[in-house]
Amino acid sequence: MSSAQSTANTTPGGFTQVEKGETLIEVKNLKMYFPVMDGILIQKAIAHVKAVDDVSFDIKKGETLGLVGESGCGKTTTGRCILQLERPTAGEIIFEGVNLNELTGKAMSPVRQKIQVIFQDPYSSLNPRMKIGEIIGEPMKVHGIEADTNTRNRRIAELLSICGLDPKFSDRYPHEMSGGQRQRVGIARALSLNPEFIICDEAVSALDVSIQAQVINLLEDLREEFGLTYLFIAHDLSVVHHLCNRVAVMYLGKMVELAESDELFDNPIHPYTQALLSAVPVPDPTAEKTRKHQVLQGEVPSPMNPPSGCVFHPRCPLAVDNCRREIPPLVEKRPGHWVACSQV
Amino acid sequence: MAKLLDIQNLRTQFRTSAGVVKAVDGISYDVDEGETVAIVGESGCGKSVSAMSILRLIPDPPGRIVDGVINFQGRNLLELDDEEIRKVRGAQISMVFQEPMTSLNPVLSIGQQLTETICLHLGSSEEEATKRALDLLGMVGISDAARRLKQYPHHLSGGMRQRVMIAMSLSCEPKLVIADEPTTALDVTIQAQILELMKDLSRRMGVAMVIITHNLGVVARYADRVNVMYAGKIVEMGTAEQVYHDPRHPYTVGLLASVPRMDQRRGKQLVPIEGQPPDLTNLDDGCSYRPRCRWAVERCASEFPPLEGVGDNHVSACWRVAEMQELRKETL
Repeated sequence: MSSAQSTANTTPGGFTQVEKGETLIEVKNLKMYFPVMDGILIQKAIAHVKAVDDVSFDIKKGETLGLVGESGCGKTTTGRCILQLERPTAGEIIFEGVNLNELTGKAMSPVRQKIQVIFQDPYSSLNPRMKIGEIIGEPMKVHGIEADTNTRNRRIAELLSICGLDPKFSDRYPHEMSGGQRQRVGIARALSLNPEFIICDEAVSALDVSIQAQVINLLEDLREEFGLTYLFIAHDLSVVHHLCNRVAVMYLGKMVELAESDELFDNPIHPYTQALLSAVPVPDPTAEKTRKHQVLQGEVPSPMNPPSGCVFHPRCPLAVDNCRREIPPLVEKRPGHWVACSQV
Repeated sequence: MAKLLDIQNLRTQFRTSAGVVKAVDGISYDVDEGETVAIVGESGCGKSVSAMSILRLIPDPPGRIVDGVINFQGRNLLELDDEEIRKVRGAQISMVFQEPMTSLNPVLSIGQQLTETICLHLGSSEEEATKRALDLLGMVGISDAARRLKQYPHHLSGGMRQRVMIAMSLSCEPKLVIADEPTTALDVTIQAQILELMKDLSRRMGVAMVIITHNLGVVARYADRVNVMYAGKIVEMGTAEQVYHDPRHPYTVGLLASVPRMDQRRGKQLVPIEGQPPDLTNLDDGCSYRPRCRWAVERCASEFPPLEGVGDNHVSACWRVAEMQELRKETL
């Protein structure tokens, strides 16, 4: 029995097979606090950066969930926690029925096959000393899939052509390729283990518009072809709107709004989402003249010392006294549309 | 009315071990007083080099402006000697760079950097300069200006630093500000703050702006006129409305079809431009967009098309420009 079959039919490690439309991954009350250390001989935590503070959401199989927000809002950290690249301070990450936070060592291995990541920077996420073929083949080597060199090389060639690259690229080095081509290599590497879930962390942000559209279309095609599920982390709202079924908006470690993509972009409820959407200019001069431009004052406060109550209150046009004291819970204001604001 | 800035046939090249890179290859455009002109294009199309060439900031070697005329208020900037061009830089034409992290000097305080320009160009005393610096910081929306003057760049956030850059660029009341990707490194809400600020200040002070960007949304919101660049050449020029609603060059058509739009319903597939931008060391006589163009014909391989008028001040460099309104329906 080849190992490729075993991942498809059985579920080692207690994972339950999930059908399309069912919950694939559930993040419950995720918290990730990074200690800030001080002291010369004896290091002591003097404060904590609350990068992710009590975030919950789920992703259905076959769906793309967008995670948006400005730098430092905790979107990347959320992705890293799901990948178990960071051990969360608290909370649960349940993937196919297994709580990933409780897995250690060898037990993590099947998870790493099922969950893959595509990074932002196609320049630094590929090892400059490895050939493209080695880069794509390494995950298979590590996990003992396609152990035979010939079949592995065939698989590498297949992955390259799936991602729109000539199979002869496998003998080249990353520096011989353009940014768009490198990002395709990153995608091929992520696909090499037949994952079920891919975290795209700003996967198209570094690319030029015309190349970005190529990669976006590739990601969409792969999703259809292999029944993939994506967590798409990005700051570009237009791309997120295009690619995602549902979108979650984060601000300073908190989730402030979560809804279907069209619903969120047509009827944003949270004042932060409204400001965020109005800040993005659309490529149409006539539409721009009539659009409401709401410029948000001030800057994002430090996550080391976040504001009390609702973290958005110092910049919020609707803030009242109570916002300073009470943390607004995420509540369902409309069907499937969750908002954390007490004033709307 | 005379143009504030009138660039004719500018060519800037870089000599590298791989050959001569024709970064800017014969571009011509002008800027009226108080007007905002955007230069859009993708990485490596020569948009930044064309802007740096205006102030002769191209490092030589390897770079060199080999041809062209840059008339600014009736003087050809390319013929000025070093002393004269220094009087133009920062005083009459100033620049805002992309990286607010690297374009400020980390070992000088904000106050020192701001007053340096003012003392140098306006001949003010230190006291007057400090007073002016305080006013400028207030104008760009930095509160607690007196304290900020004593701080160093690392004390400030990216958005704050870009505000300082803008204050600096306006300190001598220039006629023209060149902004090279002024908000690319910033978050969207901060980007909106900075761009609204620049637009407001340029309107109030009558400053003309050249904005260099790859963001088609920013262009749509802020530019009066748009120059689209590809591989060192301007391929289309017109008002923002003309270029966005009636694009006449295949590259512009391709760019507009490849951006996802937030203001439209989901579900439409993007139409990307296939292939890669060309290698600028190895361009032939034909149209450089030809290999990626879905409507290329034989003539495109042999001759580069001239910029041809298609409407009031709207020009496009394409042999099939007359058919473009028909052809572009394929990508809609």
